[in-house]
Amino acid sequence: MILKIRKREESLGWGVLVVYLGALALALAVCAILLALAGKPALEGLVILFRGAFGQSYSLLDALVKAIPIFLCALGVALSFRMQIWNIGAEGQFALGAVGATFVALSFPGLPALALMPLMFLAAMLAGGAWGLIPAVLRLRLGVSEIISSLMLNYIGILVLEYLVFGAWKDPASFGFPMTAEFVPAGQIAHMGPTLGLSLGKLHWGLLACPLAGVAYSVFLSRTRLGFELAACGEGERVARYAQLPYGFLVLLVMGLGGGLAGLAGCIESSATLGRLQPTVMAGYGYTAIVVAWLARLKPWPIAFTSFLLAALRVGVEVLQLELQIPAAFGQIMEGAILLCVIAGQFFLSYSVTLKRSRPVAAAASKGERA
Amino acid sequence: MSPELIIALLAAAVQGAAPILFATLGEMLSEKAGVLNLGVEGVMALSAFAAFIVCHLTGSAVLGLFAGGFAGALLCGLHALVCQVFLGNQVVSGLALTIFGVGLSDFLGTPYVGVGTEGFRQFAVPLLSHLPMLGPVLFRQDAMVYLVYCAPVAVWFLLNRTSLGLGLRATGEMPAAAAAAGLNPQRLRAFGVMAGGFLCGLGGAYLSLAHTHLWSTGLSGGRGWVAVALVIFAFWRPGRAVIGALLFGGVMAFQLRLQAEGTNVPSSLLLMLPYALTVIVLVFSAARAKYLKTGHSAAPAALGVNIEPEG
Repeated sequence: MILKIRKREESLGWGVLVVYLGALALALAVCAILLALAGKPALEGLVILFRGAFGQSYSLLDALVKAIPIFLCALGVALSFRMQIWNIGAEGQFALGAVGATFVALSFPGLPALALMPLMFLAAMLAGGAWGLIPAVLRLRLGVSEIISSLMLNYIGILVLEYLVFGAWKDPASFGFPMTAEFVPAGQIAHMGPTLGLSLGKLHWGLLACPLAGVAYSVFLSRTRLGFELAACGEGERVARYAQLPYGFLVLLVMGLGGGLAGLAGCIESSATLGRLQPTVMAGYGYTAIVVAWLARLKPWPIAFTSFLLAALRVGVEVLQLELQIPAAFGQIMEGAILLCVIAGQFFLSYSVTLKRSRPVAAAASKGERA
Repeated sequence: MSPELIIALLAAAVQGAAPILFATLGEMLSEKAGVLNLGVEGVMALSAFAAFIVCHLTGSAVLGLFAGGFAGALLCGLHALVCQVFLGNQVVSGLALTIFGVGLSDFLGTPYVGVGTEGFRQFAVPLLSHLPMLGPVLFRQDAMVYLVYCAPVAVWFLLNRTSLGLGLRATGEMPAAAAAAGLNPQRLRAFGVMAGGFLCGLGGAYLSLAHTHLWSTGLSGGRGWVAVALVIFAFWRPGRAVIGALLFGGVMAFQLRLQAEGTNVPSSLLLMLPYALTVIVLVFSAARAKYLKTGHSAAPAALGVNIEPEG
């Protein structure tokens, strides 16, 4: 018996779903085992996790709120992954975006909302975009690996944020807590519920940024010349340069835009969820975004769906934390395990494996003689 | 600065360099065989916990050391499995490994935060520790530091003076040619990744057994990523890795000393130093490679490229 591995000619169809569900089940099994190892009831834990994530309408709303920054960061990350530029700096770009927005909110408190809000968005996207451009320029000019430089800029970006919040921007009235003063109402993104007359929990108008960004992403990729060229660059730098595609420009573009989207997410989180800047704004959305982008195979609709799924997982883990006193890191483990299992599972999407009975050598030889 | 202070700083630099050097050499082994492993950060985090918990339960630091190494090898084995058997993207698999490893270390370690271990204590090497300057800096350290002195030589010897090392390098440069020469590239890669993982695991073990004698979360603190950067800085040569690791050990020692003495510089700026230095070091090595035009020849040619199945 030998295993025969062949590249698939056609796509798996419904098999794709089976592969993904299988990978998910395997990851959940690993997590259940870890729960048991930590001395917690494993199955009950998973039940609590799912009830917490999907059980009530307010948990779904909470997941939707968390999905907003994840979705925006994931779109940005996916853009660069499409051309094999490994931007893993969404976390730092997010931090810089929050810093940029806060700078505007604290500097111009007198502006009306119609001027202040767009200015905050702009500052956030510029700051995040600039942070994303650093690795891009280093890569193009000197060939510095963008993987490590963008990751290092995550640490540095978070420390920039902390430096400001612990120092110059600290609210004198915060009793020593590291946080800025609350933004003026014009600088805070409002909740959707009161305006619409519905009870929508903490859901806020920042949600609107998601369809806008999502539509822009798919139009850019499928309807513009640059989008096609971007897809062509997915074969790698040498091919792109050989085909005389504007490789350098595209690298700058995807890193700038990706940084801008992550920056926008940072602005929305600080303005809508916290109403001020404080270190807790950094919740690891930038890293979750990488998981999301890859799970969704860089496609916009799956990114939206997966963002919501992983956001719901975060909500579920919060409930688990409260009910079973499980460390918050459990969420990270789940994300890592799911990603690992899905990467392994994706093998079955492009290759087919069949078991073949190996013929005895003698028989094969005699057959050869006859032929 | 008084001579005592300089000696104390240099000794601290050596201690800071030790975990980074272990991890850099580990990543180098893996990359020499052609597998990019971005999971070092997670591997160090998890093996730090494995070493701590075994040392805590058995009371033996040596067992803890081996536990750290084996935990590292095991986690990297997962990377080898995903990339070699399931042909997963090495970049993404490594990132997933980091997320998983750091998370698992935090998760398992949370109940033990603040618990101390005996670990490795410093002892003076007879005779050598009386050398002027060098003695107190190099030979009044703990056993793991003495171990790290041997590591670059061992890795260099393995890569350049054994047939196994030749096979590893061939697999990293051109797996098809290695296969044609009768070697088994898959097996060699798995060996490179897991042996490298063992070394990264020793780096993690150093953090919980010798660096701090107290368990806390987030022990790895970006050192794994520094190691990935240092492999590039070292042009994939063990000897140069020593220089890189000492540079980082020095900066970390300097920063810790400044914080302990209490300065006007805010701690967030001081904490930025190693990360900023990583970027600077990368820029420096890239510029040097460009100037000498050796950039392309230094990295193994098949680094990051999976071996496709036949048929």
